[in-house]
Amino acid sequence: MEVQRSTEVKKAFMTGDDAVAHAARQSRVDLVAAYPITPQTIIVERIADFAANGEFGGEFVPVESEHSAMSACIGGALAGARVFTATASQGLALMHEMLYAASGLRLPMVMAVANRALNSPLNIHNDHSDIMGSRDSGWILLFAENAEEAYDRVIQAFRISEAVNLPVAVNMDGFTLTHSAEVVRMLSDDAVGTFVGRPPRRSTMLDKVPKSFGMMSLPDTYQYFKDDQLRAMDGSPAAISSVEREYAGISGRNYGPVKSLHAEDADVVMVMLGSYAGTARAAVEPLRAEGLKVGVLSLGWYRPFPSGELLRAVERASTLVVMDRSVSHGAPMHPLASDVAAALYRAGARKRILSVVYGLGGRWFTEDDARALFRYASKPGPDFESFFYYGGEMR
Amino acid sequence: MSSSGGPQVRSLFEIERKERLAPGHRACAGCGPMIAVRQILQAAQEDPVVVNATGCVEVVTSVYPQTAWLVPWAHVAFENSAAVASGVEAAMRALKAKGELEKERPVIVFAGDGGTFDIGIQALSGALERGHRMLYVCYDNEAYMNTGIQRSSATPYGAWTTTSPFGKAWPGKRERKKDIMGIVAAHGVPYAATASISHWKDLMTKARKALSYDGPTFLHVYAPCNRGWRFDPSLTVEVAKRAVETRFFPLYEIEGGKYRITLPVTKPRPLEDFLSLQGRFRHLLLPEYKEALETLKRMVDEQWERLSGMARA
Repeated sequence: MEVQRSTEVKKAFMTGDDAVAHAARQSRVDLVAAYPITPQTIIVERIADFAANGEFGGEFVPVESEHSAMSACIGGALAGARVFTATASQGLALMHEMLYAASGLRLPMVMAVANRALNSPLNIHNDHSDIMGSRDSGWILLFAENAEEAYDRVIQAFRISEAVNLPVAVNMDGFTLTHSAEVVRMLSDDAVGTFVGRPPRRSTMLDKVPKSFGMMSLPDTYQYFKDDQLRAMDGSPAAISSVEREYAGISGRNYGPVKSLHAEDADVVMVMLGSYAGTARAAVEPLRAEGLKVGVLSLGWYRPFPSGELLRAVERASTLVVMDRSVSHGAPMHPLASDVAAALYRAGARKRILSVVYGLGGRWFTEDDARALFRYASKPGPDFESFFYYGGEMR
Repeated sequence: MSSSGGPQVRSLFEIERKERLAPGHRACAGCGPMIAVRQILQAAQEDPVVVNATGCVEVVTSVYPQTAWLVPWAHVAFENSAAVASGVEAAMRALKAKGELEKERPVIVFAGDGGTFDIGIQALSGALERGHRMLYVCYDNEAYMNTGIQRSSATPYGAWTTTSPFGKAWPGKRERKKDIMGIVAAHGVPYAATASISHWKDLMTKARKALSYDGPTFLHVYAPCNRGWRFDPSLTVEVAKRAVETRFFPLYEIEGGKYRITLPVTKPRPLEDFLSLQGRFRHLLLPEYKEALETLKRMVDEQWERLSGMARA
């Protein structure tokens, strides 16, 4: 959604990785600890370039693994620094253990995830298997559809994270966004610097009164800590929205929890995460011209899950085609479809659901493919179907 | 700085009376590691910040809502304390450069032998290579004691643990102890030393020396565990002392790449004086494990010869 903005922008032609590196630099990060992994590596390289040229005001710690990247970020955040890292795929899997430590310690920090498939077999291309494996780690999870949105969401993430004391991961599709150059309307260093400010005061290891962090909690107390953590997540939508609104004031850009194209009056809505939402949108108007009432709903927030916004957007739809780029082996539905179904159930709503797995390991999804799926879903069929979609026409 | 002067601790009167570890924590009676932690914290001449790996020291000092730490302390996980400390140290540098922190504080890591020799060695190596200013202390009780006495790569040859039992086929642990000091030294750190809780002046001097360097330093501290080694809790210091006096655990330092034996043991006691106090080695004194005992003795001799040679070089 475009709104009036108060500051100048500079149009720059850059990849998503470059955009994210600039966002971290402009957000006056104190510490970056990161390790190279395709397709995130450009981010680390750019941060190193900034540091080498004296354009980065923080410390760059080139660690020996992603596990140590997250560990060093935790150490930095414990000392009160604003920290940033980026990873993908195997790297995210390797730091899995530490994701829970970061959120459990209630540490603000921001991580860009260049979403990529998981081994085996080895595949460096895009899907969402990596982040879905970490979806219950207590991080706020946001998804970008393009390089500019990744840039915007990273800047916003620092403010969100520091407002609710939870770590935030900004997801961007590997290669599709990380390595494709597009126009990004960058804000000035000053505008971003003023927007992010300095982190608000919180308890740190450098406080005058010594404090202990990461203590051992027995069965009498542990669940209370998790309860607090969940409350912070449940209370985060207000903080995220407020940061998004404020950011819209300086950038003219506000994404919100969901982005709808004709979902509200559609019979069939395709629910998606990430960059292929743009591909699906391209199929909407031509099909509507043929008389098929279809729409697309793309989720910008995944955790916290925007149940209310989703339900409002699809209230009139009879069929939801929920598109997953990861597999939940043996589960009744795949990850995003499970969430959508659970949100519907909570509201007492029942709709036909197609739980579709597509785009694994970078498998293509074209406008024609979106059209084929919309056509299929517009015909009458069983209340629930789950299948892998490889592309092409459907019977 | 030179190896003489400043840091030398000669008597109890030179030590600041400030406790940085409160009494009343949950460690077992006669716990060696807690003696090491207390002595090192008392040797520090300013309040450090502490990063602690998962392990006995961590669990006995930090059961919520009580803490035994009178200095800032953090525990994150088992294998990553060197990486967490890297972040703390780098953050202090960044905040100081931005004028938000007046002075950087010393960073001390406490990790056991499992957290150092085994699961934490990658993070340790990374931190040493990157040159973060920190004192990394490995309190070595030669096995995974917190999980109930399982062998680590710091467990000596022939020692009984629950995963290196002795029997008809096995003499106890079948492999030698890993040379962690050699591995640390290979990183070219400015200072690394071994120390024992039984030689407190030596230990505290080395801790002060280590803290004076602007770079990563390492202390490998011998810290007996009476539960795991099977001896009377009143004998902790005596067992540690005998490890030094039999040359089983030599006290030396590596400063600027140069080895120096800080306690030359000219007339070593028989190894049996050390082994016989402990249940974990008692089988080695039986006739059927004679060969294993000889092997262990040979390893002790070889280690001393090697160190003596490096110290002469």
